[in-house]
Amino acid sequence: MHISSRPAAAPAVPDTGRTTLPADARPLSRAAKGEVGRVVRVGLDGVIHDSLNPEELERRLLEIGFVEGARVEILHEGLFGRDPIAVRVDDMRVALRRREAEAILITRWQPDGASPAGAALHVIAEDTRP
Amino acid sequence: MSLASPFSHGGAPRIALVGNPNCGKTALFNALTGSRQKVANYAGVTVERKEGSFTTPGGHRVQVLDLPGTYSLRARSPDEEVTRDVVLGRFRGEAEPDLLVCVADATNLRLVLRLVLELKMVGRPLLLALNMFDIAKHRGIEIDVDRLSAELGVPVVPTVAVRRAGTVDLLKRIDAAAEGLEVVAPGTGNTWHEPSAEEVRATHREAERIIKLAVRPPTRPDTWTTRLDTVLLNPVAGLLILLTILFFMFQAVFTWAQPVMDGIKAGFDGLSAWINGTLPDGLLRSLITDGVIAGVGSVVVFLPQIVILFTFIILLEDFGYMPRAAFLMDKIMGGAGLHGRAFIPLLSSFACAIPGIMATRVIDNRRDRLATIMVAPLMTCSARIPVYTLIISAFVPDRTVGGAFSLQGLVMFGLYAAGILSALLVAFVMRRLVWRGTVEPFLMELPAYKVPDAKNLVMGVWTRAKAFLQRAGTTILSIMILIWFLSSFPGAPEGATDPAIDYSIAGMVGHWLQPLVAPIGFNWQMTVALIPGMAAREVAVAALGTVYAVGGGEENVSALMDTLGHSWSLATALSFLAWYVFAPQCASTLGVVRRETNSLKWPIIMFVYMTTLAYLASLATYHIAASLGWA
Ligand SMILES: Nc1nc2c(ncn2[C@@H]2O[C@H](COP(=O)(O)OP(=O)(O)OP(=O)(O)O)[C@@H](O)[C@H]2O)c(=O)[nH]1
Ligand SMILES: [Mg+2]
Repeated sequence: MHISSRPAAAPAVPDTGRTTLPADARPLSRAAKGEVGRVVRVGLDGVIHDSLNPEELERRLLEIGFVEGARVEILHEGLFGRDPIAVRVDDMRVALRRREAEAILITRWQPDGASPAGAALHVIAEDTRP
Repeated sequence: MSLASPFSHGGAPRIALVGNPNCGKTALFNALTGSRQKVANYAGVTVERKEGSFTTPGGHRVQVLDLPGTYSLRARSPDEEVTRDVVLGRFRGEAEPDLLVCVADATNLRLVLRLVLELKMVGRPLLLALNMFDIAKHRGIEIDVDRLSAELGVPVVPTVAVRRAGTVDLLKRIDAAAEGLEVVAPGTGNTWHEPSAEEVRATHREAERIIKLAVRPPTRPDTWTTRLDTVLLNPVAGLLILLTILFFMFQAVFTWAQPVMDGIKAGFDGLSAWINGTLPDGLLRSLITDGVIAGVGSVVVFLPQIVILFTFIILLEDFGYMPRAAFLMDKIMGGAGLHGRAFIPLLSSFACAIPGIMATRVIDNRRDRLATIMVAPLMTCSARIPVYTLIISAFVPDRTVGGAFSLQGLVMFGLYAAGILSALLVAFVMRRLVWRGTVEPFLMELPAYKVPDAKNLVMGVWTRAKAFLQRAGTTILSIMILIWFLSSFPGAPEGATDPAIDYSIAGMVGHWLQPLVAPIGFNWQMTVALIPGMAAREVAVAALGTVYAVGGGEENVSALMDTLGHSWSLATALSFLAWYVFAPQCASTLGVVRRETNSLKWPIIMFVYMTTLAYLASLATYHIAASLGWA
């Protein structure tokens, strides 16, 4: 398997709210079905995760749409241990395990969209609900 | 101007189709070239580079490459590496494509616009095809194509890959490009490198900005998928529905096929009767009736079952159910130590282990991929259907239990379940006991449901049915002629009392090897059938047909079932079924494992472990059955 040779440390330039986390930020892995949130941080900042190299996990999550500002909503949960979860990420649906969802920090969704990315997405996401 | 025309080198220009998974690249490839590559509604259908060519309306000959889908050129799994290498011109020394056509699902632009921005860095001429434009329109998504194109700096054409006229604009573009007009983003230097997390974020922000400017969200969003998922992904109901679907599928394979199978059987019987009446008794008549009709015919009668099975699988794939099934099964698969994405390859293995093994290319971790490859042949493939059906029809009474279920169908379901359980068990041993290691993430898109396309269904089923018949007409036919020969020569000596076949080469080899399989209750005829059965599982049925026809003079297809019913004990029959749950009786599967793992080691391990399991399972089955008085 090919893994980037870059060190697994946090990126050199702290960005995208890495320094200012809202007080109520918590991992997506703890969210229950029906919960709606906004992604405030993706990545574990060098914490060793038992699945992948954290930097690799971070990029994979980003590439499939879990990016700071995205609206997430837990749509479904598996039967055993309420795992995996099906999440609406902006206007698409993604299935993942709670183990990986640990690397995504969310905060309560504010309809007016405190984030630059949030506002436009919000319309789509709201509309897509039945 | 020479830079602007991507096609200035003289030769037939090469176009590569790149894009996110499941955006319709293969559908577009088929529409352009008239090929019939597999199209289905889940991510990871295409795992290889496929080449085709066509002539544009303007008379230009063009080559097209269909590639596996990806979210980034930063390849993570073997299929994505193919895409990266082709795009960057690293694929087996092949030059870079002359034009990259990035295919986008117009209803889900966010991730693909990020990919477009990454592709721009490759510096090849680039064009964006907004595919599934029909669905986008239907949902009222408004896309300002000119704005999108201006902001991206890449020309954009809407396409509908599944409609006849859906590629007209794209073809016009290609023609214009071939005439040297500036209709695609020109080539520049290659500045691509693996993006870091921060670079991925930056391209996301840029994509987001462009979407806000050029795309208006749906006015009639897809609520069907949401509603269906409420039921199909419900933790309890969803699992029950999945089980019911599988159960129904195997019942249908049994019950629906019966009338048609009887018809085909009657046809073959009529044919042999006619030949018996027309040809004089002799070698030629024996070759045709015993060798060809009894052998090949006994396999061809299973065509209806193959057709039913593939109809179900293709419908589920096209509908978009596969990723849901993977979601529901994830915990169970994970418990056995299998990767979350192993489910779809394993489910494809119900059709045939070969595409199943190829589909494991979407799995990034090598050990996970190997574990999936090693257990894929344990899933009951369609080639086992003839074997199972023959034995079940001969030994399991055809009656209904519990009011609605066919007992034969239940036994069939049990054999499928045995295959699945043993696959999970073997995976557990490999991944939890031998190779304990990291757990790979499970990240998978759940696509919107689609109404299955009738043409795709008919084409898919037809392709499979044709392959099945072709095999019967080539491989199986030639093996049967050989077996007929080996069972007929040398003939019995003067004054012999035993049946003539006992003196033939096949008879001698069978008798000679029989002690090896005596402990598991196999007779010498079965031994003769097992050897050519190494080529493919259903050959065993054909071989039994021929051996019993030559031996007993029962030269019609329906008679094989009755013959087995008389001459095998129930214990022997069950032991034979147990053997086929595990036995690695398929040369092509072993060949694919060798190719996919690039080593001889894995096919050898597979052969040894599966044969051992088969022998042990048959041994246990035979002795348990015998102790119950079924011998
Ligand atoms: N309505 C509509 N459906 C489409 C269109 N193009 C593709 N589809 C459907 O979308 C699904 C995915 O198509 P594929 O061609 O298999 O997608 P792909 O990009 O090759 O997917 P991978 O090989 O997995 O990366 C199938 O169910 C197609 O029938 C389109 O233009 N309109
Ligand atoms: Mg494809």
